[in-house]
Amino acid sequence: MARSVTTKHKVIATIAAWVVALIIFFPILYTIITSLKTEPEAIAGFNLIPSFTLESYITVQTQRDYFTPFMNSVIISVGSTILALIVAIPAAWAMAFSPTKRTKGILMWMLSTKMMPAVAVLVPIYLLFRDFGLLDSRIGLTVMLMLINLPIVVWMLYTYFREIPGEILEAARMDGAGLWQEIVHVLTPMAVPGIASTLLLNIILAWNESFWTIRLSTTNAAPLTAFIASFSSPQGLFWAKLSAASTMAIAPILILGWFSQKQLVRGLTFGAVK
Amino acid sequence: MATQNTKTLARAMMAPSVLLLLVWMIVPLAMTLWFSFQNYNLLDPTQTGFAGLFNYEFFYTDPAFFQSIWNTLVIVGGVLLITVVGGIAIALLLDQPIFGQGIVRILIISPFFVMPPVAALIWKNMIMHPGYGVLGDINRFFGFEPVDWFARYPLFSIVVIVAWQWLPFATLILLTALQSLDGEQKEAAEMDGANFLNRFIYLVLPHLARAITVVILIQTIFLLGVYAEILVTTNGGPGYASTNLAFLIYRTALLGYDVGGASAGGIIAVVLANIVAFFLMRAVGKNLDR
Amino acid sequence: MTLKTVLLGACSALALAGIFSTAASAETLTIATVNNGDMVRMQGLTSEFTKANPDIQINWVTLEENVLRERVTTDIATKGGQYDILTIGNYEVPIWAKQGWLLELNKLGDKYDANDLLPSIRGGLTINSKLYAAPFYGESAMIMYRKDLFDKAGLKMPENPTWDFIGDAARKITDRKEGVNGICLRGKAGWGENMAFITALANSFGGRWFDEKWNAQFDQPEWKAALTYYVNIMKDAGPQGASSNGFNENLTLFQQGKCGMWMDATVAASFVSNPKDSKVADKVGYAIFPVKEGMTNHGNWLWSWNLAVPASSKKADSAQKFISWATSKEYTQLVASKEGWANVPPGTRTSLYENADYKKAAAFAEPTLAAMKAADITKPTVKPVPYTGGQFVAIPEFQAIGTNVGQLFSAVIAGQSTVDDALTAAQTATSREMKRAGYPK
Repeated sequence: MARSVTTKHKVIATIAAWVVALIIFFPILYTIITSLKTEPEAIAGFNLIPSFTLESYITVQTQRDYFTPFMNSVIISVGSTILALIVAIPAAWAMAFSPTKRTKGILMWMLSTKMMPAVAVLVPIYLLFRDFGLLDSRIGLTVMLMLINLPIVVWMLYTYFREIPGEILEAARMDGAGLWQEIVHVLTPMAVPGIASTLLLNIILAWNESFWTIRLSTTNAAPLTAFIASFSSPQGLFWAKLSAASTMAIAPILILGWFSQKQLVRGLTFGAVK
Repeated sequence: MATQNTKTLARAMMAPSVLLLLVWMIVPLAMTLWFSFQNYNLLDPTQTGFAGLFNYEFFYTDPAFFQSIWNTLVIVGGVLLITVVGGIAIALLLDQPIFGQGIVRILIISPFFVMPPVAALIWKNMIMHPGYGVLGDINRFFGFEPVDWFARYPLFSIVVIVAWQWLPFATLILLTALQSLDGEQKEAAEMDGANFLNRFIYLVLPHLARAITVVILIQTIFLLGVYAEILVTTNGGPGYASTNLAFLIYRTALLGYDVGGASAGGIIAVVLANIVAFFLMRAVGKNLDR
Repeated sequence: MTLKTVLLGACSALALAGIFSTAASAETLTIATVNNGDMVRMQGLTSEFTKANPDIQINWVTLEENVLRERVTTDIATKGGQYDILTIGNYEVPIWAKQGWLLELNKLGDKYDANDLLPSIRGGLTINSKLYAAPFYGESAMIMYRKDLFDKAGLKMPENPTWDFIGDAARKITDRKEGVNGICLRGKAGWGENMAFITALANSFGGRWFDEKWNAQFDQPEWKAALTYYVNIMKDAGPQGASSNGFNENLTLFQQGKCGMWMDATVAASFVSNPKDSKVADKVGYAIFPVKEGMTNHGNWLWSWNLAVPASSKKADSAQKFISWATSKEYTQLVASKEGWANVPPGTRTSLYENADYKKAAAFAEPTLAAMKAADITKPTVKPVPYTGGQFVAIPEFQAIGTNVGQLFSAVIAGQSTVDDALTAAQTATSREMKRAGYPK
């Protein structure tokens, strides 16, 4: 009896899950389909079977080179995430293993730095960037995104590190391990999943950041968000071209996310799991 | 017992992060605060000098001000409601044994990888547009009038778009939490004859409390600043129906180029965000301490 | 200042790398432009320019209109110096020129023939008899209508249509079962979207934004008449979702055969008559922007996209060389030879409208020229005004005010507000902003 119930149960759950998944994924799917249509086809009403033309991709590529913004996106998002990790790992480590009364307060304060609306500080930041000669530089954008995501990085790492049992560290210390060995041999292996998922999440957040990356870049540092801004709502028919450009802009991160989803899922707890 | 030595060390290790964030917070904040008391319009260099509280008064008396605060709360609240409830439901579903679990999971988390302006453009042009959108096509197929989402239900439409983007995030966190639920506990509850509803209320929900708190906390920070989706879809209209605080500041800063006014708006937004955060911490913060 | 030194060092290292990667002698111009079809075409033809000027390289920054305006304004007002050539509207040119942000264009070359520029366009770009920007393309507004639908309904577009005629015709043509709307007009909130049309409409109704003392005029009967007309016709004969339709949405609707009439920028004519994208390419007729009975004002819609050099540019000579090329008669010839006459940027030069090839290829040439000639941005409406500008008001504050009022008016179209409420709110909002900006000045 149990067996048949389980199979039936599994079939129902499968159907429900697939329906939900397809509904949620549909907008992206439809964008990809539309990118393979011709422009008149794209607005001709609901149609899931495109004519599989690459016309839009070719138009997009000839209008604007994809490679440079792609590389900029990679450099900026990966660079800012690595920078943030370098700064955040010691801080999170200290908070997790030598907590004080103020630790929680400091964490909350860090998060609260994200509450200033970006639009309100655009002009001050623009002036600063101008004075430091950072406008349209990858370094400027990397630092900027590092600062934006740092609170989240610290917080995520803190929650992972806190789950590492303190006794292990005590034991290591008993064995006479120095601080460096403690970090390299004991802490790091245990923290790798957490660090990996922090890395992934922040690459995604940095990749998708589309306020500062557009406002502080011109040509040399312009990433894919600026690439998209040159295809949204021009004159004339643009559905297929926009879909192609959108697909090109989100494809790399989508693929990265798909391949690394196990790591992402495993680590993405924010300390939510006790 | 932490010795004096490790304490110093701990401080030294925290220092870079804290200092960086301190600078990152104080410099823009100080500049914003300074500008908020100045007459400073980018397009009118003749307007200079100390403005007193005028920028604040002007921002506060904007006809859209109170509605924008309400709209901000509706967006935050609406998205949180959809993502938490939807996230729990989907997490429960994904926690069941199903065929093709990996692919289902990939499909469900995908919206998280889409840039906000792209998401808004897709929804506006290809899903919700009454003439060319898929929803309109579906309505016509069944013989109904297509709904003009952005005119009739502007705020709701924006909530839907933003919730679509954040649902994967909530689902992932809740799913991880759910999977950590002790299998034995679940079985024991089943043995006791507790039905699904009872198991959910007395076992699963308490277990998820912490994860829900995290979802609410992190999302709130991002949701308070939503504006790209509004800019792309409704431009804050019709009327002020979809103007939130961030969009109001956008209008002041990047259409009016009124740096003084936008700075005052920014300070007001920070104060309000901290009030929200304060109540949030009182309401759910204790879940974090466990 | 160690941080600064480090950062500067890093930047110069990057810059050095940049120099080595390109030809050492080349001067690079950074050009900011809109992603409209004509500009994208210009971008595609860049190599023709660099072939003739091997010492100049071009970097394009193509952005969607709103983002572009934001970027460029922030940069020029903070003297960020990111661009060498800007694409700006005739709204910005006089304001920025007065601030001293733009360089006078005085090195366009002997062959440039500035006298050939359409007087109305040139006038909008000239301040104290100095030219501060060169027009890339220009537009006014006109009626585009479906001749087949007019025939079917037994209507004939008069030489000089009135709003009453348009109203009747729109209602007659409307056949919602067939998906045909009598009229498509902009409804999406924004100073360059619905307010462009509504302001032109109000102009022709005798309304004005401000009186001579800069008092907002939304409490005047002309505005009420104009807005009521707009709201009613959209209700009876407009498309679904009108409150989120801008230029582009209406263009698509018209190309798909869903509009009987469309009043918008003349530049749209080349799109709706292009058989590749338009289902109704061979059925489009053109007529001048309507007037109110007993009046002669055609709305005075006039817009041009122009190329200008910011005062901060250190490459002003090369920049002017490029501008001279991109807005010259030769450029027009070049586009014509590569893409056909119908695709040349319209509305800037008199000579184009005397060109037989162009007139043959573009049925919309005559009505476009007529519309452009009829537009006078120094006298947008019957009553005296303290500002210039046809479908906009050329003051820095207008972007914010116009968008705010645009939001209020789009709410009426969406059925969430009434004409009277919207006008009252618009009056309050506008007066408030004007007081803040220190008017009357």
